[in-house]
Amino acid sequence: MVPAAFLGVFFLYPVGSILVRGLGADGLNRLVELPGRSSFRSVAWFTLWQAVASTVLTVVVALPGAHLLARRRFRGRSLLRAAATVPFVLPTVVVGGAFLALFERLGLADGPLRLTRTAGAILAAHVFFNVAVVLRTVGTFWEGLDPRAVEQARVLGASPVQAFRWVTWPRLWPAVAAASSIVFLFCFTSFGVVLVLGGPTRATLETEVWRHAVFRGDLASATALAVVQLAAVVAMVVVTNRLQRRRAVAQRVVRRMPPPRASRRLLAGNLALLGVVLGLPIGVLVERSLTRGPAGGRGGGQWGDRWGGWTLDHYGALADRVNLLPVSALGALRNSLVFAVVAAGLAVVVGGLASVVVVHGRRAVARAFDLGMMLPLGASAVTVGFGMLIALDEPPLDFRSSRWLVPVAHALIGVPFVMRIVVPTLRGIDVRLREAAATLGATPARVRREIDLPIAARALSVGAGFSFAVSLGEFGATSFLPRHPDQLTAPLALFRLLSQPGHALRGQAMALAVVLMLATALSVLVIEGWGRRGTVRGDL
Amino acid sequence: MTGRPGDGRDATGLRVQGLSVAFDGVSVLDGVDLDVAPGEVVVLLGPSGCGKSTLLRAVAGLESPTGGRVSWDGEDLTGVATHERGFGLVFQDHALFGHRDVAGNVEFGLRVAGMPADQRAQRVARALTMVGLDGFEGRRVDTLSGGEAQRVALARSLAAAPRLLMLDEPLGSLDRSLRERLTVELGVLLRRLGLAALHVTHDHDEAFALADRIAVLGDGRIDRIGTPEEVWADPGTVHAARCLGHENLVVLDDDGACPLGRLGTGPGTVLLRADRLSVGAVGEGVKAVVAATLRRSGQPVAHVLVGDLEVRVPVDESGRDLRAYDEIGLVVGDDAVVALADQRPTRGPLGPTRRTLPTRRNGPAPT
Repeated sequence: MVPAAFLGVFFLYPVGSILVRGLGADGLNRLVELPGRSSFRSVAWFTLWQAVASTVLTVVVALPGAHLLARRRFRGRSLLRAAATVPFVLPTVVVGGAFLALFERLGLADGPLRLTRTAGAILAAHVFFNVAVVLRTVGTFWEGLDPRAVEQARVLGASPVQAFRWVTWPRLWPAVAAASSIVFLFCFTSFGVVLVLGGPTRATLETEVWRHAVFRGDLASATALAVVQLAAVVAMVVVTNRLQRRRAVAQRVVRRMPPPRASRRLLAGNLALLGVVLGLPIGVLVERSLTRGPAGGRGGGQWGDRWGGWTLDHYGALADRVNLLPVSALGALRNSLVFAVVAAGLAVVVGGLASVVVVHGRRAVARAFDLGMMLPLGASAVTVGFGMLIALDEPPLDFRSSRWLVPVAHALIGVPFVMRIVVPTLRGIDVRLREAAATLGATPARVRREIDLPIAARALSVGAGFSFAVSLGEFGATSFLPRHPDQLTAPLALFRLLSQPGHALRGQAMALAVVLMLATALSVLVIEGWGRRGTVRGDL
Repeated sequence: MTGRPGDGRDATGLRVQGLSVAFDGVSVLDGVDLDVAPGEVVVLLGPSGCGKSTLLRAVAGLESPTGGRVSWDGEDLTGVATHERGFGLVFQDHALFGHRDVAGNVEFGLRVAGMPADQRAQRVARALTMVGLDGFEGRRVDTLSGGEAQRVALARSLAAAPRLLMLDEPLGSLDRSLRERLTVELGVLLRRLGLAALHVTHDHDEAFALADRIAVLGDGRIDRIGTPEEVWADPGTVHAARCLGHENLVVLDDDGACPLGRLGTGPGTVLLRADRLSVGAVGEGVKAVVAATLRRSGQPVAHVLVGDLEVRVPVDESGRDLRAYDEIGLVVGDDAVVALADQRPTRGPLGPTRRTLPTRRNGPAPT
């Protein structure tokens, strides 16, 4: 009951409101009118092609790495796998900041080779984000393929390229397609990255919803755009699910010999590629946060390639008030941490209860819960935030003044993560453990407490860790919610610092980004490393 | 047994009446009647898939029957939840709680019943002593060997002091020598505790070692029930005879004849009890040819052919020199022939075999 009410009030009702408004008489007119507007057409076209291009680039960059992780043995393999996962969990605004820093460092922020505010910048950031998705899903699948088929092809005279083309690829492509569809979905609904790197000229449907709703206060246009966005996302989720199912059928576990050692060339090539794509932006971000601008002040002046010396001043400045923000950056971080703890707690309670219903409830109810609770994962954060903005503003559901609306929105996004880890773990519990407990005199409630809860506890804590990380970096939904000074989160603060033209506050922004990055990455890596050792099943 | 129907307070132990279970409309148990008196060990014997485990699970309340009733001392338990029945169940592959150590597993039933911690510790220690695992309290269950895990599972059920202990092929996943050792230990333990027990197995040696009574289950019904001696001497059906380990099943022709002579009055199957057959000199009994001599647990067994009928005969040490193609006399003792009801078509590797030896080409067999 609790999960259903939570979902209903904070997700279904807001999203329903978007639909009602968007498809009502007024809204429908707007909607019909949309395709006629050239601005809409260019936004829609850009959204689509940047998503396609990002996906293709991501796959191209990640496939060699997936091969390395799946088929070769080398020292530091698990470290590389973990490190490559980190970008995926980084807050979008942090990634945007990292790329801004990178372009400035390379002198590409202005001039003929300008990358800032171009599609190229957005594509680069999307690749950075999503390489992990392809590495993990395709790599895992690749590892499961029987290597003897390739060996057989080689024995029959096929070159490595031919063997890949004729033997590996036909079996691998369903996994690549599944991974691509997920990456496409992420890029299509990308918000923070586009907002930071694209500027006003490079807009996607998501950023347009935001610009109309928050910037211009034109709720009607925003609603119409949100409806289009929602329809596109639902269609894509359906396709993704199809492809995922095919992948599940193809998956097979094969026992095999330890894979061969990686050749130095393969290893070096891959590490260089991943290093440039993944490591460089982070490296430059960290460097920027630790170096003085040429003027010698706190990040003041123009940064060129000139060396200003190492400093921790930017981190010290996090505690200072700047007139751009209602609270100090440190205060925003504190807000974020509090919200993240609350959101993780909420997500664990709601997601845990919903998982029990999905696993033990009657079939129809279970299926409804399974689908319903996963919806926020498919709908974009912007939809959630925008829906809350327009729906929860009047009695009896007036939450505008509540400072807890932010963590609630975050929890909503965290619930599917919790469930995707807890449900398979609960399902994996041997029925006979429960039966054995029952024959020993345990009541059904007692069985749940003594058997299911302890086994699920680890999964719950992993889910809590992910919810925590998601909440720390959440930007899309939060950017729509009413802002009180004491509600400013760290990603929002970072966005405001970054969107300030000029470089006055860059050092501080970079320092904030680094802190946020460390907090997110640590919470995921620690919790995941701990959880994987136990009986936790399931993946994101 | 002193049970009187309608009287709820008699110590009649377990009574299963007309129990039926069906899965998706397919009948698994079809009207099973079975009693287990207090202190009695009943072994359910049958091949895999005959419904043995389902019967245990239905008695435990883990399956809901489509018909019939389960009662204890006259009290109807059919609608009573598993945890309120007071029946212990040891699962085949242990079902130990991986998130608790050995002590945490063994004390589970006591903790659920609300026993204070100090008493629990005593009972756990006693239960572990019973199964020969003193000092194992702190061990993690995933570090236990198969035999140890099974003993912990047994201790866990025993510690909860069930009024009936059910064991579902508890030794099935262990290797042979360990299985035999644990069978002996289990038999001693059950006698000493005087516990009512319902034990499921497909191994007839295990059944004979443990049972006060053996119930042979086939296709969802009890084929035969009785003391080990009774069921061995007269299995009743072909199926039961096979389950009990009888090997000399002889199919008779329409006149009740077979190569051994007329053993019946019409078509059917009879059993030749191996313990009533012996090998004699040529001229004694029926003329037969040795096909091979095998040893089973060190005991020589001759496979002899009477015409094209193969019969297995235990031989004493004097018969160990028998070689293929030796001619002997097969002596069929009193009561050796037991008539069987043959409700089912014969099948499986233990079925009556008809075979011949290949003709010997060049003189005597090589030695």
